[in-house]
Amino acid sequence: MDTVPTLEAPSPSPAPAEATVVFEDVSISFEANEVLRGISFRVAPGETRILLGPAGVGKSVVLKLTNGLLRPDSGRITVFGQEVSSMPEDDLYILRDRIGMVFQEGALFDSLTVHDNVAYRLIEEHVSPDEIDRRVLEALRFVELEHTVDKLPSQLSGGMRRRVAIARAIVSRPDLLLYDSPTGGLDPITSTTIIELVMKQRDVYGTSSLLVTHRLQDAFTLATHRFNQQSSKMEPLPDGTVNSNTTFLLLHDGKLEFDGTTHDLIHSNDPFLKKYLS
Amino acid sequence: MPVKSLDGAAKQAVSSVQNYALLSGRAIGNLFKKPHYLPDIWSQADLIGVGSLPIVLLTGFFLGGVLALQSASTLSQFGAAAFTGQLVSFSMIKEIGPVVTALMVSGRNASGMASELGSMMVTEQIDAMRALGTDPVKKLVTPRIFSTVFMVFFLVIVSDAVGIVGGAMVAVFMLGQDGSQYFHTAYQSLAYADVVQGLVKPLFFGFIIGSIGCFYGMNTKGGTQGVGRSTTQAVVVSSVLIIASDFLISKVLITIFGR
Repeated sequence: MDTVPTLEAPSPSPAPAEATVVFEDVSISFEANEVLRGISFRVAPGETRILLGPAGVGKSVVLKLTNGLLRPDSGRITVFGQEVSSMPEDDLYILRDRIGMVFQEGALFDSLTVHDNVAYRLIEEHVSPDEIDRRVLEALRFVELEHTVDKLPSQLSGGMRRRVAIARAIVSRPDLLLYDSPTGGLDPITSTTIIELVMKQRDVYGTSSLLVTHRLQDAFTLATHRFNQQSSKMEPLPDGTVNSNTTFLLLHDGKLEFDGTTHDLIHSNDPFLKKYLS
Repeated sequence: MPVKSLDGAAKQAVSSVQNYALLSGRAIGNLFKKPHYLPDIWSQADLIGVGSLPIVLLTGFFLGGVLALQSASTLSQFGAAAFTGQLVSFSMIKEIGPVVTALMVSGRNASGMASELGSMMVTEQIDAMRALGTDPVKKLVTPRIFSTVFMVFFLVIVSDAVGIVGGAMVAVFMLGQDGSQYFHTAYQSLAYADVVQGLVKPLFFGFIIGSIGCFYGMNTKGGTQGVGRSTTQAVVVSSVLIIASDFLISKVLITIFGR
């Protein structure tokens, strides 16, 4: 691929002036092991940033820092213009209303049915039962799992659990989605289904997102495909174009090794990047 | 190197005590903050209280019986077998009822809490709860501690009553003592201070069981092996703390009431 022309994203949400997520010189250690060292990057409104890197490099930590589930040792993290790195926990709970997160293994509540898992946030917010049922079904329809509404997570396959986790994350119509290895440990067909859902959320709703993966194939599928609403399927972008709102970050050895577009990533001369992509 | 390890162990111990105090403080503080998870309190009370009732009834009954059996043989050497009822009620209400009930509930529920919350920790369900805007301390810890304190209090009363009845059965049917004399001495010898001692202890013991079970559960690391470790630690630490605090509470209350 010599030239990678970009294609405008179909329908990103109206862009406010501020970035959705800003990391400024963020570092964090766990028991003398420095996982992240001075990480800085931004996620613009409507942008999908794919966070790549070898296993154990701290990709999930970046997502947990973004959501305020972990606090950095130093540096500053702002989400929707609010500094989460020093925000009181009670205020974080309010901010998280605007953030949806899909955990690595789904992290569904195993004693609750699919309906109650997806409805969890709405139940906590005391939304009326009729409205809850309507929105849960809408979210489950999005992931094509409306028939599993009364099942327990243990009765679902790994891929179905991941899809329910996506439904749970999007049910409150968040402005930012955090995907932690949504295809990890899944077979290629199921992985493609999950990536198609991520793409659908990006292209239909224009939600900002940060997606962690170590599967290059998934990352490049997101960059080179779009979701066709008419056929309800993903399709390749024409003539080798890539989605301009999908960009890459690459973590290596605690540092941000790369921050740029698909074109920059493919044409980088960095030896580690070349080795990683090969 | 050994000095460094000792230093690290000491820091870890201090950090654990600090984290335990913080968790307990937050759990208590949540009682005065909305939202209150009443259905969770109710279901935990059912699980802890009603669920523990069979083991509390059985242990209380047989402890009362064995107390009557052992004490009657000693008392009869001094011609004081008539005081069997007094000895059983004293022992059950002031010491054995609260301590044994608490140890039983600890074995059943501190382990249950640690393993349940521990499993939720290692499968990221606690993080998911936080990500969905719910405070897990408010939703999971406070209802468990409150329900344990509330239910252990009543379980101890049940255990005391059943123990005294168990002692009576042994005294009457096995030792041939007079039933009304047994209950008369059991009741007449009890003073206000004795009953207060017996009712204050379960409040502390319930708090220890709930808070230690939740603390180890919420601090579980290292997969299923970590869950097993947390479960064991929760039972061991809560049992030791129950017995140690029993001594301290007894000392304080004896100092206050003079008996």
